[in-house]
Amino acid sequence: MQPFRQETGIVAPLDRVDVDTDQIIPKQFLKRIERTGFGEFAFFDWRYRPDGSLDPSFELNEPRYEGASILVSRRNFGCGSSREHAPWALQDFGIRAILAPSYADIFFNNCFKNGLLPVVLPEAVIDEIIARAKERPGYRVSVDLEAQTVSDEEGVIAPFDVDPYRKHLLVNGLDDIGITLTHESRIAAHEARLPERLRGLTFAVAGEH
Amino acid sequence: MAVPRTLFQKIWDSHVIVEEPGQPALLYIDLHLVHEVTSPQAFDGLRLAGRTVRRTDLTIATVDHNVPTTDRSLPIEDEVSRRQIDALERNCAEFGIPLFGIHSARQGIVHVIGPELGLTQPGMVIVCGDSHTSTHGAFGSLAFGIGTSEVEHVLATQTLPQARPKTLEIRCEGTLGRGVTAKDLILAIIGNIGVGGAAGHAIEYTGSAIRSLSMEGRMTVCNMSIEGGGRAGMIAPDRTTIDYLRARPNLPRGTEFERLSAEWLALATDAGAAYDSQVLVDASNLVPHITWGTNPGMVAPVTGRAPRLDEAPSESDRRAYERAFHYMGLEPGVPIAEITLDRVFIGSCTNARIEDLRAAAGIVLGRRVASRVHGMVVPGSMLVKRQAEREGLDAVFREAGFEWREAGCSMCLGMNPDILSPGERCASTSNRNFEGRQGKGGRTHLCSPETAAAAAIAGRFVDVRHWS
Repeated sequence: MQPFRQETGIVAPLDRVDVDTDQIIPKQFLKRIERTGFGEFAFFDWRYRPDGSLDPSFELNEPRYEGASILVSRRNFGCGSSREHAPWALQDFGIRAILAPSYADIFFNNCFKNGLLPVVLPEAVIDEIIARAKERPGYRVSVDLEAQTVSDEEGVIAPFDVDPYRKHLLVNGLDDIGITLTHESRIAAHEARLPERLRGLTFAVAGEH
Repeated sequence: MAVPRTLFQKIWDSHVIVEEPGQPALLYIDLHLVHEVTSPQAFDGLRLAGRTVRRTDLTIATVDHNVPTTDRSLPIEDEVSRRQIDALERNCAEFGIPLFGIHSARQGIVHVIGPELGLTQPGMVIVCGDSHTSTHGAFGSLAFGIGTSEVEHVLATQTLPQARPKTLEIRCEGTLGRGVTAKDLILAIIGNIGVGGAAGHAIEYTGSAIRSLSMEGRMTVCNMSIEGGGRAGMIAPDRTTIDYLRARPNLPRGTEFERLSAEWLALATDAGAAYDSQVLVDASNLVPHITWGTNPGMVAPVTGRAPRLDEAPSESDRRAYERAFHYMGLEPGVPIAEITLDRVFIGSCTNARIEDLRAAAGIVLGRRVASRVHGMVVPGSMLVKRQAEREGLDAVFREAGFEWREAGCSMCLGMNPDILSPGERCASTSNRNFEGRQGKGGRTHLCSPETAAAAAIAGRFVDVRHWS
C-alpha cells in the first residue's frame, strides 16, 4: 500500500451532505475487473452532461479546482454501497485526503486500505475550509498525518484525531494481511474449536443438487 | 455472577482471536459470501502475493449483480458483464470455491440464498463484499459488508481486523396494522434517525413489533440497517428463527437440532445488559411509508406529503432537499398520494423472498396493471422463483400484466440491462433511491411490496391499508 505522511494541495469543495458511493462511482463502471482506471469516471453523472460534455454547474468542474488533491465535503460522506471502487476512483482522480465532519463506516475503512486519508474535522472547521476554498482561488492546505494537523499558509487550522493503529499502517504503508498471518497459531487454535457442522459447510450445501 | 451481555457482545466475544491494546480485534469469520462485482481485484491480490484461500469450505460464491433476468439460455450480450461473470467462474475454479453459477437451480441474490440454503445460522460472523450483508443479522448473527481489500483479507486468512462498534437498541413496541409491513417500519426508522444516524453502531432490533415479524420481515428490517448508517443489524433468535431453520438443508436433525436450538436461543441479550444508545419506536400507529427524495431518509407516510424547503433542519439539508426535488421532478410539499408512476419494480435483497411475492400477488390478484405503468417482478433466487411458480403466483403477476423474470439484483442497481430511462418514475421495493441508482436520470420511490403492487394497479401511490 502507498504510504501517507503529508499532502499539500488545492482544496476542492463538494458542499453537499450524504454524498453516496453511487455518485462517487456509478454502477456502470463497477464491471471493470482491475483496480485502476476509475478516475475518469469519478462523479460521472454529476460531472458530465448527457452529450458527454463537462457540466459547468458541477462545482468540481470549475477550472480553479483542477489538480486538487484534497476534497472537502459534508457529513456522512461515502454512504451507501460498500464498493471499494469509490476510494479507487477518488485516488485515481487525484485525491489524496478528504476532509469531512463524518463518514460512512465501510467507506472510511476502505480509504485506509488504499492510502487515502479521511480526516474527521468539526462542522465549524469544515464550514471555514469550504468558505476559504470558495473565496480564494488556488486555496491550498497541508494535511500532516504524522503531526495530525490541517494547516494553510496562515498556520494550523485544526488538529485532528486518528486511530493510532490505522495511522501506523498508513504512515508505513503496511499490508495488514501480512500482520494477520503472524497470528497463524491463534487462528489455527480457534479453528480447532469450530463446531463440526461448520467444517465443509459450503461444500455440503453446494454438493446437494 | 456473569456480567449481562448483549447479543452482539456474545457473538463478538466468541469470535475474537487476538485483541491487543490499541489495535483492532482480529475476528474469525464463519461464513464468507462472494459475488462477481467486488471480488475480482481481491483474487488478483491473492495471486500477486502467492496466497491461497484459507477456508474454501466456509466460502461460497454466486452471480447476482450483473446477470440478465431474461432468458438464460441466451449468451450475455453485455461483454463487460460477461467478463466479470467469467472472471468469478475462473477464480472459483482456480481457488476451489463452490459457486452457484448463472445456470444453477440455486443461483440468486447472495443475501437471499444464504438464509434459504441454511448457510446463515445464529451466532455466526458473516461477511460479504456488499453493504446489504446486514440482512443475515435477522438470524442473530453478526453480519456486515466489507470492501474488496477486506474480501482479500478474509479469503487469505478467514479473519478480519475490526474496531468494535458501539451498540444501539432500536426497540419497536406495538402491533403493525393491516397493510403495514416490515419495510414501512424500517423506512420510518431511517426517516427518524437519518441516513447516518446509526454510524459506528451495531443495531439490535427488539420489542414486540419485531418479535411478531416473520423471518422474511426481519430480513427486510436488518437489510436496510446500512441505510441508517448501521455497521450491522441484528435480531435475537427465538422460536420463529428456530422454526425457519428446522427445515433447511444441511442443518442437523432431531435431538442434535434441539441441542443447537437451545444454544441459539441462549444468544439473546441478557436481562440488564446495557446498550450504548437506544431509540424507541411506536409501531402501532405506523402507516405505509414511501420515499420522496434521493436517499432513504427522505421518506414520508402515504397519508402525508414531502416536506417544504423551510422545514429542512439546516441550511445543508435545505440545499439537499432542493437538489432532491429538482432531481425527482417534484414540488416541495407534494402529497405522496398525488405521485404517479411509470414503472414498478418488485425485487431485490430487501423484498424478493417468497413472502414478499405472496403479499404483492395478494394485492394484484384479478386486477390489471394501469395502462401507463410497466411492472416487473424479479424473484430473489431461483428457488424462490420455483416456489412462487408452484403456488401459481407467476400466473397472478403475468395475468395482471407484470413481467416475470429470472433471479438477480436486477433493477435495484441496474448493473444488468434492467434500468429506468431518464425521467422515468418507479415504485421500487429495493433499498436505495440515490440519484441514478436505477438508471441515469431515473426517479426511485422506495416502498413495500404491497404498496408497490397497489401502485402498479392504480398508477399512483395509494394507501394500501384501505385496499380491498
